[in-house]
Amino acid sequence: MGSTRKFRVWRGDENGGDLQDFQVEVNEGEVVLDVIHRLQATQTPDLACRWNCKAGKCGSCSMEINGMPKLGCMTRMSTFTEDETVTITPLRTFPVIRDLVTDVSYNYEKARETPAFAPPAGVAPGDYRMQQVDVERSQEFRKCIECFLCQNTCHVVRDHEENKPEFSGPRYFIRAAELDMHPLDAKTDRKEYAQASMGMGYCNITKCCTEVCPEHIKITDNAIIPMKERVIDRKFDPLVWLGRKILRRDQLNGQGQGLDAPSGKPAGVTGHAKGVGPTSARLPEPPDLQEDGKLALTEITFDRPAAPSPFGEDVSFPMRGTSYVHPDRQRETSPEDEGTQAH
Amino acid sequence: MTTRIERHHYDVVVIGAGGAGLRAAIEARLAGKRTAIISKSLFGKAHTVMAEGGAAAAMGNVNSRDNWKVHFGDTMRGGKFLNNFRMAELHAKEAPERIWELETYGALFDRTKDGKISQRNFGGHEYPRLAHVGDRTGLELIRTLQQKIVSLQQEDKRKHGDYEAKIKVFSETTITELLLDGDRVAGAFGYVRESGEFLLFETPAVVLATGGVGKSYKVTSNSWEYTGDGHALALRAGATLINMEFLQFHPTGMVWPPSVKGILVTESVRGDGGVLKNSDGKRFMFDYVPDVFRHQYADTEEEADRWYTDPDNNRRPPELLPRDEVARAINSEVKAGRGTPAGGVFLDIASRLTPAEIQRKLPSMYHQFKELADVDITKVPMEVGPTCHYVMGGVEVDPDTTAAHGRVEGLFAAGEVSGGMHGSNRLGGNSLSDLLVFGKRAGEHAAAYTDSLPKRPKPAAADVEAAVSAALAPLSRENGENPYTLQQDLQAVMGDLVGIIRREAELTDALKRLQELKRRVANVSAVGGRKYNPGWHLALDLRNMLVVSECTAMAALEREESRGGHTREDFPKMSPEWRQVNLVCALDGDDVVLERKPVPKMRSELITLFKRTELSKYLTDDELAEFDALSGEAK
Repeated sequence: MGSTRKFRVWRGDENGGDLQDFQVEVNEGEVVLDVIHRLQATQTPDLACRWNCKAGKCGSCSMEINGMPKLGCMTRMSTFTEDETVTITPLRTFPVIRDLVTDVSYNYEKARETPAFAPPAGVAPGDYRMQQVDVERSQEFRKCIECFLCQNTCHVVRDHEENKPEFSGPRYFIRAAELDMHPLDAKTDRKEYAQASMGMGYCNITKCCTEVCPEHIKITDNAIIPMKERVIDRKFDPLVWLGRKILRRDQLNGQGQGLDAPSGKPAGVTGHAKGVGPTSARLPEPPDLQEDGKLALTEITFDRPAAPSPFGEDVSFPMRGTSYVHPDRQRETSPEDEGTQAH
Repeated sequence: MTTRIERHHYDVVVIGAGGAGLRAAIEARLAGKRTAIISKSLFGKAHTVMAEGGAAAAMGNVNSRDNWKVHFGDTMRGGKFLNNFRMAELHAKEAPERIWELETYGALFDRTKDGKISQRNFGGHEYPRLAHVGDRTGLELIRTLQQKIVSLQQEDKRKHGDYEAKIKVFSETTITELLLDGDRVAGAFGYVRESGEFLLFETPAVVLATGGVGKSYKVTSNSWEYTGDGHALALRAGATLINMEFLQFHPTGMVWPPSVKGILVTESVRGDGGVLKNSDGKRFMFDYVPDVFRHQYADTEEEADRWYTDPDNNRRPPELLPRDEVARAINSEVKAGRGTPAGGVFLDIASRLTPAEIQRKLPSMYHQFKELADVDITKVPMEVGPTCHYVMGGVEVDPDTTAAHGRVEGLFAAGEVSGGMHGSNRLGGNSLSDLLVFGKRAGEHAAAYTDSLPKRPKPAAADVEAAVSAALAPLSRENGENPYTLQQDLQAVMGDLVGIIRREAELTDALKRLQELKRRVANVSAVGGRKYNPGWHLALDLRNMLVVSECTAMAALEREESRGGHTREDFPKMSPEWRQVNLVCALDGDDVVLERKPVPKMRSELITLFKRTELSKYLTDDELAEFDALSGEAK
């Protein structure tokens, strides 16, 4: 029943590392995480990898499998051909701690900066009344298992450490949306807050987050777009976006206000970008080589020293084929776009 | 000693970040205490997320006849009257408040038509009682508590300028030792997985909320963290464990494919109409209704099927018997050669509900089977069998304060790590409510205890040094044994010899083998460094798994009857005399010592809630005579 398969697993720490080749036995019905456990038990007892439930419920074993952000426990080995080499690398958006384990504290900081549920005044415990149809919208987002695959795949922060202080990421946009749609939440400015203090304006709805979500939450369609709708005409403007990129933060006003708003300190949450200014302020530079002459992890899975623009290099403006259309431009759109409009 | 140790001072340290731990931490912080939460994994990943069915609380939203007395009765009945009655009483009374409180933290339960929290049927519960969110109630609970902690941190930020002024989560941190000052808790010592750095918490009060022991078993629904840490820490600190022989094997774990063997299929599949069939296609549960339950369960398929729509006029289907009965029935069918190729039985929902209904009522089950096993449960039956799921036994505690019994002071326990509440068998849905009710009590009483102290206990430097060298030992030892091999050997001993059906000879053999393993574990070694090294972590956990396994095997050998989560092939009957006995384990040096203690006697107004005919199946003649006298007085 079993067969020997080829695996390449990234091993190393914050000082760098490389892909190591393994030959490992794989049995019928197994998933990638089983194979990692077999490696630990038989070949590399100190191979670091997070996991808990092994049933797709806890979101611990997030990794990149052949370059795709996935859960190790939900990726069946039968999805690869027998002669295919399976390459496993740590999540790229977060700093490596060791092997497949990354420092995901960015997400927990963003969680803390997202204002919590505000209970309705004067409603006693036990007196909450809500209709199923009204709670279902928020319940979709509460399915989130916090695997952070959406955060990892989002091009606003993937390879853009400098955006991390201002950008909360899809996981926290759905948290904001969940509370915005909560029938009894007493806070009324969730949308405005998401736009002003969570960096939702950076999102250009490419739906990468929705694609990688193991819980199949429609992050873009059901959370981000409805959240953008009300504030869009005030905030969404490419010039504002450009200004934010080229001006120093102290030259901008109206940033980061609000009680729990991000501090906006340029050091970056994870400390990785310590002392590094925004990329637009620096000359183009080649990738850093380490002492051993190898590229650091963040460089090996991509063929360029920095990622493309947050909008994606293959996107031309005005964007077509997305389900969002600027309300002001609605009447100007050409007939072939009509089928994809949100309104 | 040159090892670097980071020191922290807290008023209350909560070990474990599952439901019980987070609820305890919230309460301690609300009492104004500086609180640390120690999480073995990342914050929010605790095993509580695996709970699917719901949280049992007699709110009476769906059937208004439900109240705490009925819930109390069901819990005692489920635990075969071995439960600590006071815990069962507090649990039944306080569960509704604890659930309603979650809504003020932002929880979104499924609703009834009139907008209240919906409640579903579950094995052993007389009325629809489980508050639920589809089949991911555990996730909702953990997320709600996690978000409540974040909101408290936001309050602290506004007030003190620092999120962590009053409550801090130490994620991926494991406590290896509790430190005492005399008999008082003085601190906790552990390491951070990420860096391998050591931490010392100086604290007068520790709440244990570390969950269970399932990782000592081959087939288990538990994750790697479930290594009995809290049980072992309590023992080594001088506390006692009770009822360790009672382990719940969830009747329906996945048996195919092998990689997900053990993972749970929620009981709600049966609650919503799923039936168990053997390889002959027979709905076999009707053959396994024990006499004590005969009048509550249907004896024909027709009546059972009517119950789903008309529960008031029909008896329940036998698929909804308590978990131990269902697990034993499946075990018997498989042993009799009527099992599936993978060694389970069929659980069929496909022929009972439409695909749309299945996807709506059991979304994560549908999802789990589709993604993990490539099985479409709307089309074909599932293959299921018993999996080690929950330990009823645990730290012996005072029911009201959750303070641990034994020599030690300042130690509290809540959730799965504590014992007594569930007796010999836990009802589904009672664990989520258990951890809320007793988590709150643990936090509250730990905080009160710190106020009562005349001076702060101080850990001794020598104890800290001993803890450091014990933690470093596996790394410095060369040519010792591989921890993974040792764990597999331990799992084989427990799975094969102390499993679901037990025999005297096997238990004696198991104890001998555990002694042998103890010697081998003392010589375990881990390669690599201190930084995120799973081999090292396992090497340290093994010590805990072993001592807890020893307690289980010893108590299982001692208890010569079959009751709930303890089945002795050589003593197949429940014995009224044994119902009066709790088996209590303590540590004497490195050895486990076992003692018999009486089960606390139910107060008269509680015991008279039961019918004599029912009690006569559980109580001794003397106890029945006492009961008759009581009910005579009442008339």
